[in-house]
Amino acid sequence: MQSLKQQWFGNVRGDILSGIVVALALIPEAIAFSIIAGVDPMVGLYASFSIAVIIAFVGGRPGMISAATGAMALVIVNLVADHGLQYLLAATILTGIIQVLFGVFGIAKLMRFIPNSVMLGFVNALAILIFMAQVPHFLGEGTMTYVFIAITLLIVYILPRFFKAIPAPLIAIVLLTAVTFMFNVELKTIGDLGSITQSLPSFFIPDVPFNLETLSIIFPYALALALVGLMESLMTAQIVDDMTDTKSDKNQEARGQGIANLINGFFGGMAGCAMIGQSIINVKSGGRGRLSALVAGVFLMFLILVLGNVVIDIPMPVLVGIMIMVSIGTFDWGSFKYIAKAPRTDAIVMVATVAVVVYTHNLAIGVVLGVILSALFFVASISKVRIHQDKGVFIVEGPLFFASTQNFIQTIEEAKENHATIDLSSSHLWDESAVGAVVKVVSKLEEQGKTVNVIGMNPASEKLYKQLLNVSVSH
Amino acid sequence: MYQHILLAVDGSENAVRAAKEAVKIASDASLIEMIYVADFEKAKTEVLHAKSSESLMLERKRKIAPIEEVLRSAGKQFKLTILHGTPGPEIVKYANEKKVDLVIIGSRGLNSLQEMVLGSVSHKVMKRVHCPALIVK
Repeated sequence: MQSLKQQWFGNVRGDILSGIVVALALIPEAIAFSIIAGVDPMVGLYASFSIAVIIAFVGGRPGMISAATGAMALVIVNLVADHGLQYLLAATILTGIIQVLFGVFGIAKLMRFIPNSVMLGFVNALAILIFMAQVPHFLGEGTMTYVFIAITLLIVYILPRFFKAIPAPLIAIVLLTAVTFMFNVELKTIGDLGSITQSLPSFFIPDVPFNLETLSIIFPYALALALVGLMESLMTAQIVDDMTDTKSDKNQEARGQGIANLINGFFGGMAGCAMIGQSIINVKSGGRGRLSALVAGVFLMFLILVLGNVVIDIPMPVLVGIMIMVSIGTFDWGSFKYIAKAPRTDAIVMVATVAVVVYTHNLAIGVVLGVILSALFFVASISKVRIHQDKGVFIVEGPLFFASTQNFIQTIEEAKENHATIDLSSSHLWDESAVGAVVKVVSKLEEQGKTVNVIGMNPASEKLYKQLLNVSVSH
Repeated sequence: MYQHILLAVDGSENAVRAAKEAVKIASDASLIEMIYVADFEKAKTEVLHAKSSESLMLERKRKIAPIEEVLRSAGKQFKLTILHGTPGPEIVKYANEKKVDLVIIGSRGLNSLQEMVLGSVSHKVMKRVHCPALIVK
């Protein structure tokens, strides 16, 4: 890995330029995710500032951008609706504490247990939920709303083909906000849904009673936030690793995400995590180092301080258009091919993850169920043991363990020959059940007056066999 | 004599044909360097669809295998370099930085739709490299 100095100053020019691009692209998203969560735009903007800046110092993946995200916003909708902003801030702090603990205990290793089918389910469900969250903002809002959404989409998809220096969403915002003023178009604006404060975030302790009841309210949300945040962050880290062809410290990243959320909660920000889309924009724009995240956060805050009173005049349909773009970009369009071509069980896990998330509106539940389902499928698939029998010789193919011994026992017990040979050279004894199964069939056949020969046990299996047998003899 | 030949490859038929031309041009002393650019646009999809970073590496190597086979069976010296970025500019940057003697590239790669809109990678490479370029049909 690079030295700390290189992580900070190895790419100064590229990092400053990309940081500015990311800040511009972050503003509409931070506002839109705040609206999804049901809080003031400032909560998402403060979060994006705090998290981006803090992660620049404590993160494990230089060049990755973290801020307020859609995935986290979706988790907290109910908490905000039922209990309000102060509980969200308390939950954000608790999320940070949980994530720091996950990082300390080496969560990165556990990420290996999340199969790619669940990750695909995660991004697809996220895309669908972000889109669904936009529907109330255009359904029944009149023709002008649809027109503005359409124009926004045209701008963000066509303009980048010719002009890439300034993020197209920002151009759409400036242009269409100007149009609404010039032609006096009546549209809902961000100001109708919340307010923008032109001041820096300040430290305060969330105004919640410090008791068990509060904890019981915020803990389930904090746990879900911690899981979802780490999942998206570590997934993003993998993508940035690949794009930059460098390594990252995933456990440090987990701790860093925790520290960022912990501090962020005390400064009035909602929980956040790494962002796939923004991180890709950053790397594409030349960002590689820690400086890029710092610049993104600081420049975002600067823009809000200077332009805050203009931001409230941004028409909602433009923001909705940008969110539709974000949702289309988040969705993995290769998934349709994946459903057709991937192993049946993988496709089922992916679809099930999406279905559970869309039904429960909770990404954490979808991920946990997806992982459990894929683990069950995995056990089922490796528990298929084939046994070829030929004149008393039983060739066992496949691993023997608690889930696969039944078929093995049944087949061999029915041996008709007077002498049976069990060939284990294409098998492996994994656990007590496996050793027990071999012992069981041997003694069963011997009881019937037959002779049995067990051959071809590999060294590891033989070691386990002897070990476990000695133990059971001493009983 | 071309000492250092850059052969731009993706998983397409055209890249295999380009490799066959490279074999004809290269002497036994030349080094054919295969350049594969892992496209930024596909990074997210590729990472999410791969089971792990190891399997992604394997996946990319598999794409190059038929080309490697052409070079190996012709007994040429070759090596593979995987770059990350936007294919056209990345190939140009690398070729100019390394001051290679010749760039060989297939006329069209895998993504014909994108080429219709943006123009072909081979065309861009030809315009911007500082050395001779061979575009193989």
